Amino acid sequence: MTLESLTAILAMAIAAYAVRAGGLLIGRRLPQSGPVAEWLREVPAAILVAVVAPEIFRGGAAAMLGAAVTALVMWRSRNLFLAIGAGVLAVLGARYLMMGL
Amino acid sequence: MTDDSGRPRRPGGEGARISDDNTHARGQFFRGLRVSLPLAAGVAAYGLVFGVLARKAGLSIADVALMSGIVFTGSAQFVALTLWAASPPALALALATLAVNLRYVLMAAALRDLFQRTQRAAAFAAVFLVNDESWALTMGEVARGGANIAFMVGSSLVLYVAWLGSTVAGRVIGSAIGDPSRLGIDFAFTATFLALLMGMLRGKRDVLPWAISAAVAIAASLYLPGKWYILLGGLAGATAGALRRDA
Repeated sequence: MTLESLTAILAMAIAAYAVRAGGLLIGRRLPQSGPVAEWLREVPAAILVAVVAPEIFRGGAAAMLGAAVTALVMWRSRNLFLAIGAGVLAVLGARYLMMGL
Repeated sequence: MTDDSGRPRRPGGEGARISDDNTHARGQFFRGLRVSLPLAAGVAAYGLVFGVLARKAGLSIADVALMSGIVFTGSAQFVALTLWAASPPALALALATLAVNLRYVLMAAALRDLFQRTQRAAAFAAVFLVNDESWALTMGEVARGGANIAFMVGSSLVLYVAWLGSTVAGRVIGSAIGDPSRLGIDFAFTATFLALLMGMLRGKRDVLPWAISAAVAIAASLYLPGKWYILLGGLAGATAGALRRDA
């Protein structure tokens, strides 16, 4: 390890910690009730939608089928791992069929 | 539905009754560990890929171990490989890390209720571990009515060990098992987030804000680099959800 690479990795580590600790500090400063608190309560689901939607969009038909299967199995069973497993199998099956093998 | 009373409500029939806060935290810690084990396998598949690419980019074994150990963020580390050079540009790498990970500001802020009963030093230590998968699992747990920061720490530690171990292993061995998408591992993460999201659905009133979040995220993913789409979609969806609540 050179001094340059050590410096670069330390700089990255500071940046990576800054965003996490920054979120913690901001969270503590924001009011505990009122519109801002209400807004913060909406954040988790909104972030998850924003993570998932582009992945499904980019993944095309196979990903859409996989998403539908995952959602359906999760809705019926309430079992996280069953839902993930069924979704992955559906995607693999769809990709396999679409590649015409 | 929102749980402002001190004690989280636990769904019934989950083993012995938990009376004491420490026992509760320990139970949550191990539950976080257990739930995250399958995801750790997926994380490790990407870790191997990272290690292989890191070797090609010229990182030493020590570089990989240190980066995974103290930066601990997959998306930014992959971006860093594209900027790496014999004399790596520290400022550019730091800025790229900041930009790719800006979503963590919002995600860590959303954990504040869980950090409330945590001591300051412990909270600032635990927040280092925040990562997409553990954060999502923890939020899923919150939606079910019982969660503790110990859950996130347990979950994160499993993924931390998997990431550190697999990136170093990939760097040493120099070859991965193959493309993770061939095994459907890429979709396993999407499926996890989607399934957790299902647990947060409260009814029709979520449809519009979620649609706005999805539309903004998809549009941003088409036109902006990196992970900006997560931050923008999250901001738009949360704002729409909060406005709808007021209306």
